[in-house]
Amino acid sequence: MAEVSPGARARPLSPHLQVWRWHATMAASILHRVTGVALYGGALVLAGWALALASGPGAYGQYVGLLASIPGKIVLFAVTVSVFFHMANGVRHLFWDAGKGFDLRTADLTAWIAFAFGLVAALAVWAIAALHGAF
Amino acid sequence: MAGYRTPLGRARGLGSAKHGVGHFIGQRVSAAALVFLVLWGVWSAFFLARSGDYEVARSWLASPVNAALVVLTALAAFYHMRIGMAVIVEDYVHRPATKAVLLIANLFVCYGGAALTVVCLLKVAFGGGVS
Repeated sequence: MAEVSPGARARPLSPHLQVWRWHATMAASILHRVTGVALYGGALVLAGWALALASGPGAYGQYVGLLASIPGKIVLFAVTVSVFFHMANGVRHLFWDAGKGFDLRTADLTAWIAFAFGLVAALAVWAIAALHGAF
Repeated sequence: MAGYRTPLGRARGLGSAKHGVGHFIGQRVSAAALVFLVLWGVWSAFFLARSGDYEVARSWLASPVNAALVVLTALAAFYHMRIGMAVIVEDYVHRPATKAVLLIANLFVCYGGAALTVVCLLKVAFGGGVS
């Protein structure tokens, strides 16, 4: 590493998070991680469901009651949005692995599609569930 | 290129170990599997949420197809998230001791969660559910 000579002009630092203008591809990348961590929690909710089911009707009823409560529903809706966004953005990553979709216009467009898919698919599933009396 | 290689590496002349991309490939193959498994899983969750009844869930899991698919979903998910969380820890945690503790904790959570989930599901699927 070269030593900085005394009195040298301050060199520009690499850009930090705060000085970037938010753009779709950056938000999608960060959200992919955030939703991945959320789904880590979602998998543990699934593990809890399996444990409750194996523990009998009483425990299962309590666990389902917990999931059906307002905080439970908020968690499940967040997991649903995370599932669909992470899935759409993951498919985007698979196309990138194949070397496709890297140009700016496509990358921007597919980021917006992933956001929209996450929200719309989750809302659709919950709307259909509400219509079928799953609440 | 040779200038970047260690003296031992140059003497052996073997190149890479040829298994450095295992996690990369595993993450992508499990991702492809999870696209289908999770779509089926959302559909199943919808079906099970319609009643919320224990007996409905028990008989649903008694079907071999449902049992196999939900076990596969759990295994693929815990495998995929084990790799994903390890990447996040390696990206953000740089103190060797903290990093090691978090990576091992991640293994414990993922293997523990997978084992617990699969045993519970199979117990009910094979008719061992408490009723």
